[in-house]
Amino acid sequence: MAATTIEGLVPRMRQVCGAANVITDPLELRTYECDGLTAHRMVPALVVLPGTAGEVAAVVAECAKAGVPFVARGSGTGLSGGALPHPDGVLVVMSRMRKILEVDPVSRRAVVEPGATNLSVSKAAAPFGLFYAPDPSSQVVCSVGGNVAENSGGAHCLKNGFTVHHVTGLEIVTPAGELTWLGDGTGVTTGYDLLGAFTGSEGTLGIVTKIVVKLMPLPETVHTLLAAYATTSDGGRAVSDVIGAGIVPAAIEMMDALSIEAAEAAVGCNYPEGAGAVLIVELDGPACEVEGELATVRALCEAAGATEIRAADDPAERAVIWAGRKSAFAAVGRISPAFIVQDGVVPRTSLGEVLARIAALSADAGIRVANVFHAGDGNLHPLVLYDDASPAQTEAAEELSGAILDTCLEHGGSITGEHGVGVDKSRYMPKMFNADDLDTMQLVRCAFDPASLCNPGKVFPTPRLCGEVPGHRRAPHPAVAAGLAEIF
Amino acid sequence: MDTERAVVSQIRAALEAACSATRDGAAADSVAGVTPAFVASPASTAEAAALLGAAATHDLTVVPRGAGLGLGWGLPPSSCDLVVDMALMGDVIEHAAGDLVARVQAGATIGHLASVLAQAGQQLALDAPPDATVGGVVATGMAGPRRFRYGAPRDLLIGLTAVRADGVVAHSGGKVVKNVAGYDIGKLFSGSQGTLGLITEATFRLHPLPVAVVYVTAEFGSSDRAGAAAAVAAAAGSALVPSAVELDWPGGSSRPLRVGVLLEGTAAGVAERATRMSERLGGAAGSPIVAVSPTAPPRWGQLPSSSTVVRTTFWVAKLPAVLDALVAAGEEAGVRPAVSGPAGAGALYACLGPHTEDDAAVRFIAALRDRLTRVTQGSAGPRGSVVVLAAPSSVLTTAGAYGPVPGAALMRSVKDQFDPGYRMFPGRLAGGS
Repeated sequence: MAATTIEGLVPRMRQVCGAANVITDPLELRTYECDGLTAHRMVPALVVLPGTAGEVAAVVAECAKAGVPFVARGSGTGLSGGALPHPDGVLVVMSRMRKILEVDPVSRRAVVEPGATNLSVSKAAAPFGLFYAPDPSSQVVCSVGGNVAENSGGAHCLKNGFTVHHVTGLEIVTPAGELTWLGDGTGVTTGYDLLGAFTGSEGTLGIVTKIVVKLMPLPETVHTLLAAYATTSDGGRAVSDVIGAGIVPAAIEMMDALSIEAAEAAVGCNYPEGAGAVLIVELDGPACEVEGELATVRALCEAAGATEIRAADDPAERAVIWAGRKSAFAAVGRISPAFIVQDGVVPRTSLGEVLARIAALSADAGIRVANVFHAGDGNLHPLVLYDDASPAQTEAAEELSGAILDTCLEHGGSITGEHGVGVDKSRYMPKMFNADDLDTMQLVRCAFDPASLCNPGKVFPTPRLCGEVPGHRRAPHPAVAAGLAEIF
Repeated sequence: MDTERAVVSQIRAALEAACSATRDGAAADSVAGVTPAFVASPASTAEAAALLGAAATHDLTVVPRGAGLGLGWGLPPSSCDLVVDMALMGDVIEHAAGDLVARVQAGATIGHLASVLAQAGQQLALDAPPDATVGGVVATGMAGPRRFRYGAPRDLLIGLTAVRADGVVAHSGGKVVKNVAGYDIGKLFSGSQGTLGLITEATFRLHPLPVAVVYVTAEFGSSDRAGAAAAVAAAAGSALVPSAVELDWPGGSSRPLRVGVLLEGTAAGVAERATRMSERLGGAAGSPIVAVSPTAPPRWGQLPSSSTVVRTTFWVAKLPAVLDALVAAGEEAGVRPAVSGPAGAGALYACLGPHTEDDAAVRFIAALRDRLTRVTQGSAGPRGSVVVLAAPSSVLTTAGAYGPVPGAALMRSVKDQFDPGYRMFPGRLAGGS
């Protein structure tokens, strides 16, 4: 039945998007079967590539009318399966909508299409001395629309915040197929902050078609320090001391011995030999502030027992230091046939305890874990290494991965800091939130998407039946009666 | 009558059973002129949940109250059976200094929170009145000058506990800054003005207190609006990392305009940045009088006391047009608005004095909306708004609190889901005209 419904949609989709932008060929459909999380695969029934907001609205309206589920996809770099297609649904691929529509340097705002890559925004802003702050590691390819869906962070969100802090307006297509704006474009909200609630909703509340983003002045000075330690707990002490000194660095990243080894093998990053941990601290801002902070950070890093400290003051040197860190995920692929990237968060002060626990869990399971993490905000990316040819190892790795999230929750943390829940972690949601919490979140879902057609099966372990929406039961407000305003 | 009395005493008994600190409402409890039948002060989230559960059972309309500072702003409730007063929930529950996070009961005052955080050299980076409550600040979404750097309450809120209209307790977020698990209900409650439920606890990310602060001001002659606007843009676009870029223009076209910039950092750092910021402000356009001071200029972050407050938001490049429109709308309506606010962040408040005739206020609002339509309604989407935050209710109902509000239909759907009986602060929020 689903197949016939989809077939019925094809002619109309071709009318809307153009025949070349509607994919029905099974082989071609397969290329969209997964996003950055390849463990989950599902071939979509149909792929469409709309070219305008109006086309997206028309596509969604057709889906809504036919009761067919739809899933939006940006660049497909997500790490939680948020863009995993629905087998009986339409995959709406945003890659044709990648224009930077406007850069207003005086207002420090840009308007971009959702398929535009994260980095392309900063490139467009650079001639004006501005940049777009959120910088996920995949920024060369990941799309701003995807960033909005996931509320993406990046290494520098410690100081500058996440996508939600840098988006001031969204044009969306609602799950009913209507175009509407959220936010007045300035960042100052009126009424419920739907702009904020939509950002990070993982594509379940609608499809973004235009994004107004804040641009920030490029920092005057950037300094990067690399400090090597015998252990991650020594490095962790340096992190606590820096934060305790009232300094908010642009980024504080840490890698443990195994991830250093992997990065070394992959990109020859030439980190200090034999280091049990490396800490990368980046400071930016006006020179007159940063120079003082740099001296303080260096002293604190030394006092915490750094075995070596390197400083980078120009972009080329900085790139060398960052090369190892940025390659880490891909690099572990060289030392392990398969791996799971986790994304748990713990309060920064619990880092040492949690790392020790992960080490113990890893030893017990006989599964290696490489740790790469945003130490400044307690966001861990344990890379659980296993051989996917062995069912026993695969199972043990998944178990270990879950135990790591349990540890994060026990310490008052979160199951995901930036990768999202998607399909991958929905089963952990009831561990973090109780039934009433999840029910309340689903009220939002019901408000936006009562038919549950928009990226269904993501975020929440079980759907909620939305039921009838009751109407007003009270006498209308005078202003409503006078036809002046809608009041609630 | 007897039946009515019986019902009232039955309701009173139910509320008292839920929350021992329940009493009859008095004139002093009135919300924008509406006196509640009952006032209850829950001492915990559990008690608040029982209270709202009882209110739901008896179909009571409910108005949450913190310090009450914002209750007179906006439309009065169309009905108010029960005021839920948060005075007994005033504790800072947890200050994790090493994590730069604090979990606070909604009735805690900003002043109390600040004194606790200051002991560890930390702050909640919001400029709100010390007697305002944390819940009130989140519910109204008000932010002062440092909105420019740190954002509004929604930008600092990382976890929320709220009681729904049906008495169900809901948590979202958590106590880690970086967290994308689940929908962010805290965002939804930001600016909700009590219409979605009762905020009982909030968790915030904190910032270190700066070692030194300095204010750089540039005063422009009354005719030099363009110069002031250029200075605002120059300050806001500089890499000197200002924490606030304010404009203060106390009395219409005949008074000078003052641009104020706050710099936070180390003593030596802010001194050097102040020198460079002075050059920027002076060099932008016009010939302002530039001054540097360790203390805030007069009226910093304060709205002139006034009965009508109109908030205009805009893209900063349009500031000259906004200032022109404010003058023209004032002349057209025969009023002289006092204008101030975080212009560098794209917002200004135009305030009319308490003796302003209702007709004149209505004309001013209409004229301003009319003149700013092209500024705020870009062809590629909204670029700002004109919203009446406070006004006599006759002005509010005639002029309308809001112009077109993006997403108004979705806000209505959210309200339908969270409060299907329309019992939470009924009549307060307008979803657009």
